[in-house]
Amino acid sequence: MYARSLFPRDVFVELDRLQREMQQAFDVGPTIRGLTRGYPALNVGGTPTAVDIFAFAPGLDPANLDVQFEKGTLTIAGERKAPEVPEKATVHIGERFAGRFRRVVSLPEDVDPNAIQASYRDGVLHVRIQRKEEAQPRRIAIQ
Amino acid sequence: MSNKTDIANAATHAATSSGADKSRDEAALLPPVDVIEDAGGITLYADMPGVPRERLHLQVEGDTLTIEGELALSVPEGMEASHAEVNLARYRRVFTLSRELDAGKVNAKLEHGVLTLRIPKAEHAQPRRIEVQIA
Repeated sequence: MYARSLFPRDVFVELDRLQREMQQAFDVGPTIRGLTRGYPALNVGGTPTAVDIFAFAPGLDPANLDVQFEKGTLTIAGERKAPEVPEKATVHIGERFAGRFRRVVSLPEDVDPNAIQASYRDGVLHVRIQRKEEAQPRRIAIQ
Repeated sequence: MSNKTDIANAATHAATSSGADKSRDEAALLPPVDVIEDAGGITLYADMPGVPRERLHLQVEGDTLTIEGELALSVPEGMEASHAEVNLARYRRVFTLSRELDAGKVNAKLEHGVLTLRIPKAEHAQPRRIEVQIA
């Protein structure tokens, strides 16, 4: 802890973060794999035509990123290497995630497993899965 | 006429408040960092996924280093978020640099959402090997 105090943090930002984490902790019961500080952080959203998943996975080679869809769940897995520490160097702060990771999202039933797109930009993996055509709202013409 | 000056004032006000003062008040995510020091200087890695180069702001003022970035995600129109772990669109973190670091020679790189900063030590603070002459 002493080493970390060599780089004092922004107290107000820290307080903000603490407050948010408290809120998150009280809103929903913490899951068995801990709070929402997993890597990569996930945002999931949907439109009437598709489901969008954003995985905040910075510093990866897209070739080593494994995205799989199976039985209605989407799995994002991979490995992130720790930064190289030269000989005789000192690590003052080491907060970034390193190692193997795996996150699983269960998807609604109306998604089409044949219409999945994935892109990786600025360290964010964006997976878009179209909803099945028959599940999309449509207007019925009156004869 | 007075109306016009008001607008001008408002414009300058908006311009100044859009700077550091305003961003300081806004809530921001704290990017996780690694800080590694070797003989030649300090290397800082910060995870800032979703921040493109043009929205990254680095500032050294006195001995304060501010890292700031805004998220730019291509969110489809009308998307309803059902689960959000990243719930703010801004990262910010402030560091105090020590005197032996040469803030004028900071080298920055942003790749796949990871910011890499190299802050070399000032020349006078670099370790030097002194040759011993044999008389």
